[in-house]
Amino acid sequence: MAAASAAGTAGIIVVASLLVAGAASVQALREERYPPPPIEEDDSLYVQSGSAARRLAGAYAAVAADLYWIRAIQHYGATKLRLNAAVQRAPEPPPMIAASGDEYTLLYPLLDLTTSLDPRFNIAYRFGAVFLAEPYPSGPGRPDLAIALLEKGLRERPDKWEYMEDIGFVEYWYRHDYRAAAAWFQKASQVPGAPWWLRSLAATTLAQGGDRQSSKVMWEAIRQSAEIAWLRQDAERRLAQLRALDEIDALQRAVDDYTRRAGQPADWAVLVRGRILRGVPIDPAGAPYELQNGHVRLASASPLNPLPTEPAPQPPPS
Amino acid sequence: MKATAAIALNVFRESVRDKVLYNLVLFAMLLIGSSYLLGQLTAGQDIKIIKDLGLAATSLFGLFIAVFIGIGLVSKEVERRSIYSLLSKPIRRSQLVVGKYGGLTLTLAVNVGIMAVSLYAVLAYMAWGVPPEVRSAWDAPALDPALLEAIGLLLVELMLVTAIALFFSTFSTPMLSAAFTFGLYVVGHFSADLRNFQDVVHSPAAAALARGLYWVLPNLAQFDVKSAVVHGRPVPAGYVALALAYAALYVATLLVVSAYIFSRRDFK
Repeated sequence: MAAASAAGTAGIIVVASLLVAGAASVQALREERYPPPPIEEDDSLYVQSGSAARRLAGAYAAVAADLYWIRAIQHYGATKLRLNAAVQRAPEPPPMIAASGDEYTLLYPLLDLTTSLDPRFNIAYRFGAVFLAEPYPSGPGRPDLAIALLEKGLRERPDKWEYMEDIGFVEYWYRHDYRAAAAWFQKASQVPGAPWWLRSLAATTLAQGGDRQSSKVMWEAIRQSAEIAWLRQDAERRLAQLRALDEIDALQRAVDDYTRRAGQPADWAVLVRGRILRGVPIDPAGAPYELQNGHVRLASASPLNPLPTEPAPQPPPS
Repeated sequence: MKATAAIALNVFRESVRDKVLYNLVLFAMLLIGSSYLLGQLTAGQDIKIIKDLGLAATSLFGLFIAVFIGIGLVSKEVERRSIYSLLSKPIRRSQLVVGKYGGLTLTLAVNVGIMAVSLYAVLAYMAWGVPPEVRSAWDAPALDPALLEAIGLLLVELMLVTAIALFFSTFSTPMLSAAFTFGLYVVGHFSADLRNFQDVVHSPAAAALARGLYWVLPNLAQFDVKSAVVHGRPVPAGYVALALAYAALYVATLLVVSAYIFSRRDFK
């Protein structure tokens, strides 16, 4: 009796499996003959108000915040990948560089909802600010919104020196307002428990803000204080970009020197044969530098692209 | 006392027979599945999100058990007509009400206990091998004992919801009891709005009514310390003690009224 029952169950499982496999095969056939339309990102956000979302979520606000956070990451990551791929495919100079960050329209509302639902969602403020401030096409290029998000975090946790440091960083790196950056680093350094190096970072920024050396100091400080692997990796990448800028300057000087003496070199091999270089120069990410029409630059495939814009040197403090 | 305990045990056995504990399998699958997926999606926030998800799922599953079993505790006996054989035994009706409540509370406690152990197990797995510098960035340790505070208060909230469901089931149909209980659950989480109602209306009478409702309706928001615990903010022992005392008094009130209504019902 038991054996018959077991055989019956096994039979049902086999039949059900075959039917599901059949359904999947039919679906695959239908998709092959009538390809489904490409998935378009749903750019709708039904609830825009943080307080409304809080009321709707009730006791489950934290989980709702997590969902909006995941959606923010997906939106940012997918848009960034799509735009960067489009830029790499585009002819030089990429026409999209001149475009605005309209593709990231949902990013700030999603981050705002996340932090309204969970006002102590530390990473949503810190990552979110970086996402918002990144220039187009890697981000919407909205340092103002990045600062607004961090200031919202500071209203919830006025003792969070990391948010002040981050505002200083946005002022420095994206707005090139070194006085404001130095003021925020100074403010952060006065919070009990803040690290000692914030004070020297404030002083360096005020004295030499905008030069590459002070940028290195800032990124090194961020790298050392990064709480999360992603932030540390981002700081390491920025440091590698700054090293690449140094190397490009040195290589450019060598190329210019050679051009003055012997004419424009066609490629690196000319300089290697002339014993000016030991080999094809490689950037800190491992990709060879390109030499075109006497200009040294990163290879388009280098992961260090795009290099940061070099800010103009600031006038000495009056 | 012995009769009450026997009734409680019977309710627990019945819930096990009714496969109520199957929800634990769903809970475990949800946590294990999400622990795998979240690592890919959340930019290093997996521990926080697993805690949020685990606590929310515990609360949600517990709520469904409390409401859907709570509303049937008395009405099912009446529908099945088994109430006659029960009442013919040497037990008081109040013992039946308290015993039924105790049984469902036991079911909930076992459920919540197992879910808590599963949550800790998944958190231990997620935290295993994570370097100390990454751990130092977490608001609270993965295996934070303070999670038990949130889970404990959640169980107390469910005990209060069970008492509400039982109260309605003594005089109403299961459908209406479920609607009333869910309604009170939602209102119970908006109690702060009732308290501050005078800030948004001009009518003193409406403000006074809202204020009165604030004091009379169950305040369930006070049991929700999930967010505080996940972010490593301390929940003072005094706060927990006062919330427990409030729940004890409110549950006692509901049981007394339920027993009174039930004792006056005519089943002829």
